[in-house]
Amino acid sequence: MSRTRWLVPPLVVLLGLFGYPLVLVTGESFTGDAWAGVLGSAEFRDAVGQTVLLALGATAGCVLLGTFLALVIAFVPFPGARTLSRLVDTVLAFPSFLIALAFTFLYGSAGVFGAGSFLYSPWGVLLAEITFYTPFVMRPALAAFGEIPASHLDVAASLGARPGRVLWRVVLPAALPSLASGACLTLLLAMNEFGIVLFLGAKGVTTLPMLVYGKGIVTFDFPGASVVALVNVVLSLALYGSYRALTGRRNRAALEPA
Amino acid sequence: MTPAVEFRGVSVHFGRTRALAPLDLTVARGETLALLGPSGSGKSTALKALAGFVRPSAGRVWLDGEDVTGVPPHRRGLGVVVQSYALFPHMRVADNVAFGLKARKTPRAEIAARVAEVLDLVGMGQYGRRYPRELSGGQQQRVALARALAIRPGVLLLDEPLSALDAALREDMVAELLRLRAELPGTTLIYVTHDQGEALALADRIAVMRDSRLVEIGPCQQLYRAPAAEFTASFLGAANLIPVELVRDGHPALVRLGGRELTAEPTAPLTPGRAVALGVRPHRVGVGEPGPDALHALVRGVQWRGTGYRVDLELDATGGTIRAEVSEVDGIVPGQAVGVSIPDGCPLVGVGP
Repeated sequence: MSRTRWLVPPLVVLLGLFGYPLVLVTGESFTGDAWAGVLGSAEFRDAVGQTVLLALGATAGCVLLGTFLALVIAFVPFPGARTLSRLVDTVLAFPSFLIALAFTFLYGSAGVFGAGSFLYSPWGVLLAEITFYTPFVMRPALAAFGEIPASHLDVAASLGARPGRVLWRVVLPAALPSLASGACLTLLLAMNEFGIVLFLGAKGVTTLPMLVYGKGIVTFDFPGASVVALVNVVLSLALYGSYRALTGRRNRAALEPA
Repeated sequence: MTPAVEFRGVSVHFGRTRALAPLDLTVARGETLALLGPSGSGKSTALKALAGFVRPSAGRVWLDGEDVTGVPPHRRGLGVVVQSYALFPHMRVADNVAFGLKARKTPRAEIAARVAEVLDLVGMGQYGRRYPRELSGGQQQRVALARALAIRPGVLLLDEPLSALDAALREDMVAELLRLRAELPGTTLIYVTHDQGEALALADRIAVMRDSRLVEIGPCQQLYRAPAAEFTASFLGAANLIPVELVRDGHPALVRLGGRELTAEPTAPLTPGRAVALGVRPHRVGVGEPGPDALHALVRGVQWRGTGYRVDLELDATGGTIRAEVSEVDGIVPGQAVGVSIPDGCPLVGVGP
C-alpha cells in the first residue's frame, strides 16, 4: 500500500496532462460526421501520403548520410574526429525551425545561394529534415561502431576480406540494431515534424501536423482537426511500438551471455 | 631455404611512444617460434607488424621471400588468432569459419567441405549451427583456430590465444595445440605469450622480449638451461639471481658467495668489471639445518603449494631474498635461521649495465 501510493502523483500528472486532453480530442472528433468527412476527403489522403513519403524519404536519407558520416568519424582517423562526434550531440539539442531558418538564409529566394523555388518544394522540406534528423541516426551509429572491437576488423582483414567486405559483412551487421532504432526514431520524429514545414512555408506541402494546424487554428474545424490528430497519434504509437520492440530485442541480445 | 618470416630492422612508434625497437628476426618454414615477454614488451606489436595491422615506422617485413611491408593485411594470407577470439557474433560457427574462404571466392562446394574438415580437426564438427555466444571460452577458441586454419595459411599467428581461459582448460588446449602442430608440419607458427610454460611446451625456439625490444633468442632448452641474459634467467623459469664475486673466468668459472667458492658456467662472454650473478632455479636451492658448509639465511615466508613448499629466504651473504621450492619443510617457520646450499655448475650471467 505504502509503495503504491507513490504511483498516485505521476498517474495524476499523466492523466491530467495527456489522458484528459486525449479524451477531449477523442470526444471532439465524434462531433457530427467528422470522421467520415475527413477520412473521405482528398485533402486528408494527400496529407497522409505526403507525411508518410516525406518521413520515409527523410529517414532513408538520414540513414544513408548518418551511417556514412558515422563510419568516417569512427574509422577514418583524422584530426578533430572526436570534436566532430561531440558536435553531433550539440546539434541534437537544436530546435528544428533553426534549420529551416538557416536554409532560408542560405537557399531562400533572397539567400546567399539563392536556389529559386527549390526550398519551397517538397524537396526543400526533405533536405531540411534530412539535415536536421541525420544526427539522430549518427549518435546510435557512432556508439555501435565504437563498440566493435578493432580485433574483429583486423581478423576479418587477415582472412582476406577487403575493407568493403569488412564493412558489409562485419561492421554493418554488428551495428544493425542501433541503425534500425535510430531509423525508427527518425521516422517517428519526421512523421510529426511541424516546425520545418511551417517555417519553410513550402507550397503544396501539407503534412498531417500541418493539416491539424490548418483545420484547428485557421478554419476552426475542431472536430476535423481532432480526427487528423488522432490518426497522427495512432500512426506515431504504431511506430513507437516498433521502435521499442527493436530496442528491446537489442537490449535482450546484449544481456545474453557471450 | 627462404625463411617463412623475416623482420629486418622493424620498429614501430605510436606518436612519440616506441612500441617496438628495431627488430631483426628470422623464422624458418615449419618452425614454431614463441615471442615471450611481459606486458609492454613489444611482442604483440611485432605480431601486428607482421600481420599488417600496424605499419612499421622503419624496417621491412618479409614473408616467403617477398617484401610485404606495404601490402595490406587482406593480401598477406596469414592466419591470425587473437586473445579475445574475435568471432563475429552475428554469424553461426560455420559462417565464421567460412568467412575467409568466401572472401577468397572459394567455390561453394569446396567451402562446405573445408569448413567441415577444419571444424572436425579442432573437435567442433557438431557445433556448426551454433552462435558464438552459445559456446564456452574453450570452444570459441577452437572455432577461432578453425577459422584461421580454413584458409590454409603458410604462417599462423597466435596472439595470447589461451590467456582468457582458466588454468585447467589452458593445459588441455596446450595439448590440443601440440596435436594440431603435429598434423600441420608445413605451417610456420608464431605464438605470442607471457606464459613461459606455454612457450616451453609449444615452441622450437623462444624469443624473449622486454621493454619493446628483443632480449635473447634461442632453442627452448638452451634458453632455459643457459640463459645469456639476466632477464631471460629470471623470466624464463623464475631463476633467483644471486650476486657473486668472480674469482676466475673460464669454463667452469670460479665464483665466491658468502666466503664459499663455487663453480659456475658463464652463458656468454663476461665483460671485465661488469657485475655477475648466479642463476639458480628455486628447485635447486637446498634448505636445511645451519652448518659450517651452508650459507646462512633467515626464513621470511613459507607457502604450501600442494606439490611442495615455496620458501622465501633472506641470504646473509647478499642481504637479498631468494626463493626455494622444496618437497618438505620439516618444521621450518618464518623467522627461523636455516642453512642454504647452492649447487656447483649454475649458469653465470652478467647483470646491470
